[in-house]
Amino acid sequence: VLSRSEAELRAAFLAEVDRIPGGARLNECIQCGTCTASCPVSFAMDLTPRQVIGMFRAGAIEELLESRTIWVCASCYQCTMRCPADIQITDLLYAFKRIAIERGIFPDRFPVHVFAETFTDMVKKYGRNYETGLIIRYLLRTNPTALFARRRSGMALWRRGRLPIRPDKIDGIEGLRRIIAKAETFDMPQEVVARPKITDEVGYGAIGR
Amino acid sequence: MRAVFAKLDAELVELEDWNCCGATAYTSVKKTVAYAISARNLALAERTGDDVVAPCSACYYVLNKTRTRLAEVPELSEHVGAALAEAGLETDLSVEVRHPLEVLINDVGIDRIAALQTHSIAGFRPACYYGCQIVRPHSAIDEDPELPTSMERLFSALGASPVDYPPKVRCCGGMLVATFGEIAEQLCNELVGWAVERDANCIVTVCPLCQINLDLLSLNGGANGAPLPVLYFTQLVGLALGCSPEELGLEHGLASVEIAAPQLATTAHTGEPT
Repeated sequence: VLSRSEAELRAAFLAEVDRIPGGARLNECIQCGTCTASCPVSFAMDLTPRQVIGMFRAGAIEELLESRTIWVCASCYQCTMRCPADIQITDLLYAFKRIAIERGIFPDRFPVHVFAETFTDMVKKYGRNYETGLIIRYLLRTNPTALFARRRSGMALWRRGRLPIRPDKIDGIEGLRRIIAKAETFDMPQEVVARPKITDEVGYGAIGR
Repeated sequence: MRAVFAKLDAELVELEDWNCCGATAYTSVKKTVAYAISARNLALAERTGDDVVAPCSACYYVLNKTRTRLAEVPELSEHVGAALAEAGLETDLSVEVRHPLEVLINDVGIDRIAALQTHSIAGFRPACYYGCQIVRPHSAIDEDPELPTSMERLFSALGASPVDYPPKVRCCGGMLVATFGEIAEQLCNELVGWAVERDANCIVTVCPLCQINLDLLSLNGGANGAPLPVLYFTQLVGLALGCSPEELGLEHGLASVEIAAPQLATTAHTGEPT
């Protein structure tokens, strides 16, 4: 029996899945594990892609939204291409990621979320990605000491002209901002459900160890 | 890249006022916005009447995904259309989005590129790296997505000696370099290590993000203590066609291209045909 919040999460996810062409194929999964074997980053996951699908079908949505798997996926599409049941695994993981972000299911100063937010701020501001500003702001918001630790690579890139000194703003920035504002009204409403913040205990901290 | 296309009588024009395609970061957060900003580029491109050539695998994939998804999902298409209307633009899905590798192979052809060669690149032993999104989930090049060979065919025809490189379609980690650096570093280490083991003296990529991720390793001495230059594939084509290292931007590489081609250091490319 699903708890109320799991039932609600499942409904939200199914609504997302419906918008993915072929999303209903999720039910065709034969748990063969080709996705896990093909995944170049499964070594850093707490749940393998195969387990993610199995757990979803078993109704363990909340647990799976708390796994670090959905954040570690590099969207290389190897699993999607090799899946014998033709399931769009990468896009399903994206859908889980969006739900977790909308519900605030991730630790404080969580790098993936901060990076995505900083990235979208840059696009809203300039219309293009301003790498130098992106990296500095992102590191300041997640791990300021890394700014110091990474100064060598930063300097090396800068010396070779790989980091722009100033942002490049597009002429149509006002129009782009109107497009973004309008499009935002169609995305799922931000309904942050009050729930205890998860901590590093779940395993986020163990990434890469 | 523009210099290389010019040598092949193909003119590349920068798309006026293009914006960021959104990449994977946007797709993770706001879906409609991700499609809408990508669709703005398609709408701008339609006015020029030209095809879009996207030199980054992620841009290539995101723009193409926008085309297919908007065609398949009426609700999404309606929303994106409404958003674009705010800036006086209309959704247009007729523009072809292509990758430069596919353009060189299919439109120009390996034979013609080889016929226009003026300089030898015989000393290069490239590991040809395709990475993810130009072969997956939809292959840009008409060949086996698990084992593409077009770069090998191209560079062999130009007299270089591509090495056998089994991990050619494995992932470099992409944006994980920013979020989970250790994971990306491990993937890149394996990719560069494999190239070193196969006796390559450079890696050739089809995506600037793969290029920078692999190149960053050289700051720590590279895999197995051997820094390898990492070139975008048109840079190596350009050397064969007689473009200068400056035109090709070779000085931007972290691992110097001289590791693969010592002659580029001393003669500074005289422009003399070989």
